[in-house]
Amino acid sequence: MCLSIPSRVEEIFPDETAIVDTMGVKRKVSLHLLPEPVDVGDYVLIHVGYAITKMNEEDALESLKIYEEIVKHLEEESGE
Amino acid sequence: MGKVDFLKDFRDKEKILAISKLIKKEIDRPINVMEVCGGHTHTIMKYGLKQLLPQEIDFIHGPGCPVCIMPKERIDHGIVLCQDEKNILVTLGDMIRVPGSESSLAKERSKGKNVKMVYSPLDVLKIAQENPNKKVIYFAIGFETTTPMTASVIEKVLESKMKNVFFHINHVLVPPPIKAIMESKEAKIDAFIGPSHVSVITGAKIYKDIVDSYKTPVVVAGFEPVDVMESILRIVRQFKEGRREVEIQYTRAVTWEGNVKAQNLIKKYFEVRDEFRWRGIGDIPFSALKIKEEFSFLDAEVVFKDILPNKPIDDHKLCICGDILKGIAKPYDCKVFGKACKPENPLGSCMVSSEGACAAYYKYGNLEVYKQ
Ligand code: SF4
Ligand code: SF4
Repeated sequence: MCLSIPSRVEEIFPDETAIVDTMGVKRKVSLHLLPEPVDVGDYVLIHVGYAITKMNEEDALESLKIYEEIVKHLEEESGE
Repeated sequence: MGKVDFLKDFRDKEKILAISKLIKKEIDRPINVMEVCGGHTHTIMKYGLKQLLPQEIDFIHGPGCPVCIMPKERIDHGIVLCQDEKNILVTLGDMIRVPGSESSLAKERSKGKNVKMVYSPLDVLKIAQENPNKKVIYFAIGFETTTPMTASVIEKVLESKMKNVFFHINHVLVPPPIKAIMESKEAKIDAFIGPSHVSVITGAKIYKDIVDSYKTPVVVAGFEPVDVMESILRIVRQFKEGRREVEIQYTRAVTWEGNVKAQNLIKKYFEVRDEFRWRGIGDIPFSALKIKEEFSFLDAEVVFKDILPNKPIDDHKLCICGDILKGIAKPYDCKVFGKACKPENPLGSCMVSSEGACAAYYKYGNLEVYKQ
């Protein structure tokens, strides 16, 4: 029930709502709980119809990089 | 830099296997990890993560599902409230299937009672506008993650001066049951993985007390398989390096402080209850919220006080949900698991919620997805 899904902001309206794209599905959500302003193209986490935080895309990419390193490190080690 | 493909990248088999190798290499003692939240139970079962981990890691399922822990007497409140045809009862998700003492909201709905299931609390406003002659009662459930949405709806109701919306608040808090479980000393738990989406709102700071009091590492973890595996690796490293800390694995969205705007909105409308009954666990002090007295004209428990029953009710005799939620039993230990109790006809709430431990074991128990 608490699961929330990263979604891309597509359109923002003056009444604190926005259209977001969640894995190809567009829906209207509330921005009422977001502490910071968002722009079209930002990633946000959506939970029960509300954006609850901006996704830190840099961090997302950063952790992916760490995983790449782990894989590389292991491959070198085992000579795979 | 390319667009992040969240689902693909965080479910990548190779990464999962790589982390699994590191864990096997670095682990130097047995570790019982409690995943507080059923969302994690689901990930662990669905992707067969247990099979990828060394035997020294055992998972204990925690009380982390607002559906699983909802006591019968609260469901009975909802059932009483939907009997009056001037009322519309609105709630989220699996809640409507949870058995109360004699019925469930789903059964009442099939008898023609006005029970509506919505995907967002925002719909409560719409339903109230479309039904000005009815009293719309929002049966609010959820941990810290869903509480600010209820606060937001309260704020909109006050702003728009709507007079026909009431709130039955069942919002519960994550740290108190963890403390209750540790204090009871029945379950042997060395570390926790905490649900990231709770901490998006509250921050990771809510676990500091727990780490300080019980010397159990807490890693705030995302819900993808890679997130869970990385969190286990972090726990293993804490033990190896003699550290006991709150760590954030899910830095994509979680900070130490959390969403302060949402926290302030919660503080504006809610206060902590002296006590709340958790299904199977019993009364836990300061473990849930209620509407502040100054807004009690919105509080269904106050407004409908005269008709709401208030007697504690026992769980089904055969159901051991309580022991599962306390971390001292697994679904397979239950005599009726998969027999008299199945998702289509659940005896206890752990089988109702799609994130309940029993439901996850039932659905994925035989899968070994990433068998090496
Ligand atoms: S509702 Fe689900 S996701 Fe949320 S805390 Fe409970 S089990 Fe976890
Ligand atoms: S299998 Fe059913 S009866 Fe047994 S503990 Fe789980 S929910 Fe309760």
